[in-house]
Amino acid sequence: MVQIEGLGPTLAQHPFFAGMDPGALETVVGCCANAVYRPGSYIFREGGAADHFYLIRSGVMALEVHVPGREAVVIETLESGEIFGWSWLVSPYTWTNDARAADNLRLITIDGACLRRKMEADRVLGYELYKRFMPIMAKRLAANRMRIVELATEPATA
Amino acid sequence: MQSTSNAQAVVGEAGDLMPRLFRITQVKKEVPGVFTWRLAALDGTPFPFRPGQFNMVTMFGAGEVPVSISGDCRRPEELVHTIRAVGTVTNAMERLKTKSVVGIRGPFGRPWPIDQIVGSDVIFVTGTIGLAPLRPLIFEVLHRRNDFGKVVICYGSRGMDDILYVDDLARWRGRFDTNVHVTVHSAPSGYRGRVGSVAAAVRVARIDPALTQAFVCRSEVMTRPAVSALTERGVTTDRIWVTLERNMKCGVGLCGHCQFGPTFMCKDGPVYRYDQVEALFAKREI
Repeated sequence: MVQIEGLGPTLAQHPFFAGMDPGALETVVGCCANAVYRPGSYIFREGGAADHFYLIRSGVMALEVHVPGREAVVIETLESGEIFGWSWLVSPYTWTNDARAADNLRLITIDGACLRRKMEADRVLGYELYKRFMPIMAKRLAANRMRIVELATEPATA
Repeated sequence: MQSTSNAQAVVGEAGDLMPRLFRITQVKKEVPGVFTWRLAALDGTPFPFRPGQFNMVTMFGAGEVPVSISGDCRRPEELVHTIRAVGTVTNAMERLKTKSVVGIRGPFGRPWPIDQIVGSDVIFVTGTIGLAPLRPLIFEVLHRRNDFGKVVICYGSRGMDDILYVDDLARWRGRFDTNVHVTVHSAPSGYRGRVGSVAAAVRVARIDPALTQAFVCRSEVMTRPAVSALTERGVTTDRIWVTLERNMKCGVGLCGHCQFGPTFMCKDGPVYRYDQVEALFAKREI
């Protein structure tokens, strides 16, 4: 007999959601869906409405910056298990970069627009999500600062 | 007067302060601004060294600089140095052609510990030209592959045009018993490799922290993020080895130019076990 599971167990086992208030987790699970992107396709584009965030199940996502007059530049790649897309939490809720599938990418998409509305009424839900996103954003900010230091202190060869 | 070994060197007998003459047999442009010399001693004698050691390299009429040895220590008949042209002396060195003669003093410095780590998993963490001092150790570990567990190489560069020893990296990646992660800071759209920091590559490397010895060669400011990535994975600081740089003059622990806290980097380093120098990293102006 084939047993079909929802995304609840997958999310519950992910470190990002570890220890989440059960009611909040149930709300998040209700806003989830699977998605698949072929290599080269865009998950979102700069300036678009940031109404989701994403959990990578498998594959690689490339974060790109559009550079006028030349080819876009990949500035970071994220892999299986990573969360991306924090712009849904920060007004004006628009994407600041492009996100593109670098290979076959399987994601769980979480409806951020829906969660934003629910968070206004459910402060526990809001706290649980902000509490988890803040360390990720802080870590990425620190890592990018060190990349600036590296680029500034190590002579360019090209 | 009883002379010490240092006094003998000072009066100019063949020793640590007298360069040996070597001829450049090959010049290879690696990436822009970085070149590799292959050298042979004029007197034909081999140059034994251990991975992690360095030489003081003299370009007569220009000056002398410390340069890590980058070749295979099982081939002492050929001395290999990879040099980045960043200052007066190294920019002059970049203009030298094959058959030019240079002076070599060394080898100096404490080497990477290889016999002490037999049986361990090994991870190398480096970027840009930092691969040059690590390459002899990678060669030796792969020569003695059965003595070690997992072997992982994490290498980062600015972009795809800055990857040093790209042929070696490709060859190591092609081995079935070695994992190689190459990360660039930026890449053109469509690139399918990893983009980000080397520390990010360390975070996804498949290692067993309890069994792992880590070898880090980065600029001093970038050593701490690399070490943090390793300690986050559970590798303890007594299993992390770093190599550091200072302006060196004598190379034999006399002049004090390379002082690093209570140590002289030319003879107590350049390889250090991280837990023994961790406190010095937090001190400014050391």
